[in-house]
Amino acid sequence: MLSIENLHVSVGDKPILKGLNLQINAGEVHAIMGPNGAGKSTLSHVLSGKSGYTVTAGTVIYQGKDLLDLEPDERAREGVFLAFQYPVEVPGVSNIYLMKAALNAIRKHKGLPEVDAMDFLTLVKDKVKLLEMDEKFLYRSVNEGFSGGEKKRNEILQAAILEPSLCILDETDSGLDIDALKVVAAGVNSLRADDRAFLMITHYQRMLDYIKPDIVHVLANGKIVKSGGPELALELEAKGYHWVEEQAA
Amino acid sequence: MSTSAQEIDSYIGQKYKDGFVTDVEVDTFPPGLDEQVIAKLSAIKGEPEFMLEYRLKAFRHWQTMTEPNWAQLNIEPIDYQSISYYSAPKKDSDKPQSLDEIDPELLETYKKLGIPLDEQERLAGVAVDAVFDSVSVATTFKGKLKDAGVIFCPISEALQEYPDLVKQYLGTVVPSGDNFFAALNAAVFTDGSFVYIPKGVRCPMELSTYFRINAANTGQFERTLIIADEDSHVSYLEGCTAPMRDENQLHAAVVELVVMDNAEIKYSTVQNWYPGDENGVGGIYNFVTKRAECRGANSKVSWTQVETGSAITWKYPSCVLLGDNSVGEFYSVAVTNNYQQADTGTKMIHIGKNTRSTIISKGISAGRSQNTYRGLVKVAKNATNARNYTQCDSLLVGDKCGAHTFPYVEVKQPSAQVEHEATTSKISEDQLFFCQQRGISAEDAVSMIVNGFCKSVFKELPMEFAVEAQALLGISLEGSVG
Ligand SMILES: Nc1ncnc2c1ncn2[C@@H]1O[C@H](COP(=O)(O)OP(=O)(O)OP(=O)(O)O)[C@@H](O)[C@H]1O
Ligand SMILES: [Mg+2]
Repeated sequence: MLSIENLHVSVGDKPILKGLNLQINAGEVHAIMGPNGAGKSTLSHVLSGKSGYTVTAGTVIYQGKDLLDLEPDERAREGVFLAFQYPVEVPGVSNIYLMKAALNAIRKHKGLPEVDAMDFLTLVKDKVKLLEMDEKFLYRSVNEGFSGGEKKRNEILQAAILEPSLCILDETDSGLDIDALKVVAAGVNSLRADDRAFLMITHYQRMLDYIKPDIVHVLANGKIVKSGGPELALELEAKGYHWVEEQAA
Repeated sequence: MSTSAQEIDSYIGQKYKDGFVTDVEVDTFPPGLDEQVIAKLSAIKGEPEFMLEYRLKAFRHWQTMTEPNWAQLNIEPIDYQSISYYSAPKKDSDKPQSLDEIDPELLETYKKLGIPLDEQERLAGVAVDAVFDSVSVATTFKGKLKDAGVIFCPISEALQEYPDLVKQYLGTVVPSGDNFFAALNAAVFTDGSFVYIPKGVRCPMELSTYFRINAANTGQFERTLIIADEDSHVSYLEGCTAPMRDENQLHAAVVELVVMDNAEIKYSTVQNWYPGDENGVGGIYNFVTKRAECRGANSKVSWTQVETGSAITWKYPSCVLLGDNSVGEFYSVAVTNNYQQADTGTKMIHIGKNTRSTIISKGISAGRSQNTYRGLVKVAKNATNARNYTQCDSLLVGDKCGAHTFPYVEVKQPSAQVEHEATTSKISEDQLFFCQQRGISAEDAVSMIVNGFCKSVFKELPMEFAVEAQALLGISLEGSVG
């Protein structure tokens, strides 16, 4: 589904990603861990098309297409979803309105008619229940005044409604309390499917207890320096990153 | 429209007898303004004597006046002698015969606005059956309105049929010498609407006027006069949704509203005159004087405006709250893009006791535009317990535009309560990226955020108008991102 080869990315003159390689197949869950400032969010932003980053070398092929060639909204309509590390507030626009506009944009792209208002309401209420949210959140402005944890939960609600093919979760677990983490993880797990892949950025093993990854990668100094099974995360939790960075150096 | 062309022809015929004018065959007056031009104009319109006197008095006053000091506006000097002050509607045979002959860009705009086809044809001044259809529709409405006792007609017609009524109220809210542009309008206005709602009547339908674009350019100096007599109610919609494509054209309208005891006027405007191109070339100079006088006790006026067009807008719909317990409201959305400039706001003049006013202003600036709110709240010495609430919010799209807020407050009565809140916010790149990441294009995201920002004003608009206003916002902000 996603094939990243030798990706080099700079912000201004500063190189951040320095030859990153990553292959993700449909149906897989990949976890990316790594020290602060390693370039994890940078990777998620480059994949989703945020401006401000210069790709100086490398290719990203997504479902056979050159992903870097597409505008951010085109990528989203092609099924790339990013759950933001810091979700953005959009005052004046209700949550439900945003989700409906987004779903319709995606449906239009697929050649489907606009979603029926009643069907949409049923769908949304269903997903709200799945994420154990209060329906009131639907009618509040997007993320405005939401607590940190509520914002994260709201991101997964949007993923559940938009049903992306490639779902990038950037530290969705940070800021969630213990119970919320379980609920959100259950939400993510319910989205797991043969035709869907996950790229999950996290600092904590705990998230991986709930959402079992197929592969764990360590991103350090702009590269994937080590990859392994779920046991790698446990090892990192115990030993920190230094030994991996030293091995890689 | 064909009827008004015929009417004008017949007036010309009348005035021929009076021997006023010899040169009436021409469609358009040559540029220039003097007393003779005004006399000729009044003669062509077949106006009563008092009207000519009124015009000449205004003209003489105007000559002694100077243009207002432009504060936040940057404006090329206007040569008033290079403007033509009368232009008759073309004969039907000269009009485009079908929509195929209309500027496709214009039709595209109509389509985006969701204006139905026959309405499009009417707006474009197409001489086909649909036009005659809507004329006859208008006549049916006229019958229904007449049954209710409501008068709704062009002001030129009112001057013929109800001269005493017009004479009684014209210029009593906006005196002919009120300001430079009001004086000019009083001297040269060509047409506009007249509405009279008699005592105790609730107007059975919303009245609406579309200032249409046709080659005649008669919309430059409209005059609107609305009188709501005791215990009456009317909702009036004014649409200027047809973009004019000419170069910096002057549009100087005057609107007067008179509200008697327990009466209410709701006046909604969607203004979309041609704003000029993306380089700031062309566009309308929109200098409008709109004022309402709440003369009666418990009377109420509500101005709602959505201003998206014009190169320069200079407009302060105002309420003079004379009657005790009278209420004035002003809800405004002003959008500027590219090189547009808007200086708009309101004046609330509290004179009666227990008078209340509310001002909600939403300014959206994009491109290199400048958007200014200028408002005055004045509480006179005897206006005990007057209350005002003002909220001014500005939204910036991009970083080359400007938003300015100038609230003036003059209070001479200690019991007054005047509240003011102001905010300025910006559509950030992060917000746009977030929306795009959900599949929504940047332009749709801007219009979604802007619509959200304007919600509290849009809900004051009648339903169809609100839909149109939202569509318009999208159009006027096109090209403001990326
Ligand atoms: N706009 C920018 N200007 C300068 N440096 C930047 C910019 N954006 C990112 N960086 C730098 O790039 C590096 C990688 O940042 P990134 O956000 O990708 O890290 P991260 O791996 O997600 O870290 P964390 O675990 O703290 O979220 C950091 O050193 C950061 O300071
Ligand atoms: Mg990060």
